[in-house]
Amino acid sequence: MPGVINMDELTDLDKAKMERDQKKIEVKLERWMMSKCCTEFMEAVQAGVEEDTLVKGIAEDKNPFKELKGGCVVC
Amino acid sequence: MGEMDTLKKEADGLKAQIEAARKAVNDTTMAAVASGVAAAPRVQLKNRKTLKGHLAKIYGLHWSADNRHMVSASQDGKLLIWDTYTGNKVYAIPLKSSWVMSCSMAPSGNLVASGGLDNMCTVVNIKAASPKTLRELDAHEGYLSHSRFLSDTELLTASGDTTCCLWDLETGKQKVIYKSHVGDCMCLAVSPDQNTFISGACDSTAKLWDIRDGGCKQTFIGHTSDINAIAFYPSGTAVITGSDDCTLKMYDLRADQEVNGYQDAALNAGVTSVSLSSSGRLIFAGYDNFNCNIWDSLKAEKVGVLSGHDNRVSCIGVPDDGLGVCTGSWDSFLKIWN
Repeated sequence: MPGVINMDELTDLDKAKMERDQKKIEVKLERWMMSKCCTEFMEAVQAGVEEDTLVKGIAEDKNPFKELKGGCVVC
Repeated sequence: MGEMDTLKKEADGLKAQIEAARKAVNDTTMAAVASGVAAAPRVQLKNRKTLKGHLAKIYGLHWSADNRHMVSASQDGKLLIWDTYTGNKVYAIPLKSSWVMSCSMAPSGNLVASGGLDNMCTVVNIKAASPKTLRELDAHEGYLSHSRFLSDTELLTASGDTTCCLWDLETGKQKVIYKSHVGDCMCLAVSPDQNTFISGACDSTAKLWDIRDGGCKQTFIGHTSDINAIAFYPSGTAVITGSDDCTLKMYDLRADQEVNGYQDAALNAGVTSVSLSSSGRLIFAGYDNFNCNIWDSLKAEKVGVLSGHDNRVSCIGVPDDGLGVCTGSWDSFLKIWN
């Protein structure tokens, strides 16, 4: 089973090794420029905004959560 | 130099390299990039429904994938499943332990999970003739803070024992253990493509994990206290975190760093819960001070407030179709807004 370790049984030395090994993995990551990331993120959000009910609002007759007035509908 | 000192020096050196690499790609800010975007309109959502039925603090809520049903958990010892269109309770499931901290519903709508100070995650089949316990997942050595189903056969949990875990629900056994946090894990969120998940912990970091191989891919720093809430943006390329340090932070996964922060000098209440509108433009954040603030993701401005609860807002959720937002509170009520 991947990753089985009992945290209680780890010594301080084990934990220090784990940290060092984890940072060895993370240091290798290829990072993208913030300008590219932020621009793409902004475009993705704005592409969905027109359909976003909580931004745009909802018509009363289309609102599934509207308060149901008393009374019955006979079909 | 002892081995401990050598290891620490190595780790510190690597951390410095990581920070240098992050700085090297930091060529602009989200504020600058979003400066041309029109401000989000002042958001005035109305409380459409108040769901009454719990008798004590609500600790968790989770919408069904059908956008209509919802499960909520309270320390009155019950899970309630609601039809939010009518306000009716569809099922009431008594819990063996009332010290529940979270609940979740499977995408199929067939199963719900809950757990808390009993250190267990209990999975119940609500579509059986009468709700029936399917599994008691019992291997964590600390409280169960959060859970999310990948399917009817796999479930992710986060625990106060500092680990997260992937469970096989057919056998009831742990499949993968995710080990790297040095503080209690408080929350988790699954990426839209279900290949990774992100966890937030009391060590003030968020960590991105490969679901299948159990490896920690990235660690996000910057918060100065427990991370209580976390969510993925719909694009899958960024996450939002909420912390006891009273701030929210957006981290971009590809830039590997914080790209926006959401804080207000006047706010000195911790963030308990977070959820996003369907486009990701709006962040709904519940705080210890009984309110929910609405933030513009892009401009980092507060654009609204949901007030109406008489106690802490402990949980928030937006259904997949984005038609509303539900808040759950220690005042025992759930409120639906749009």
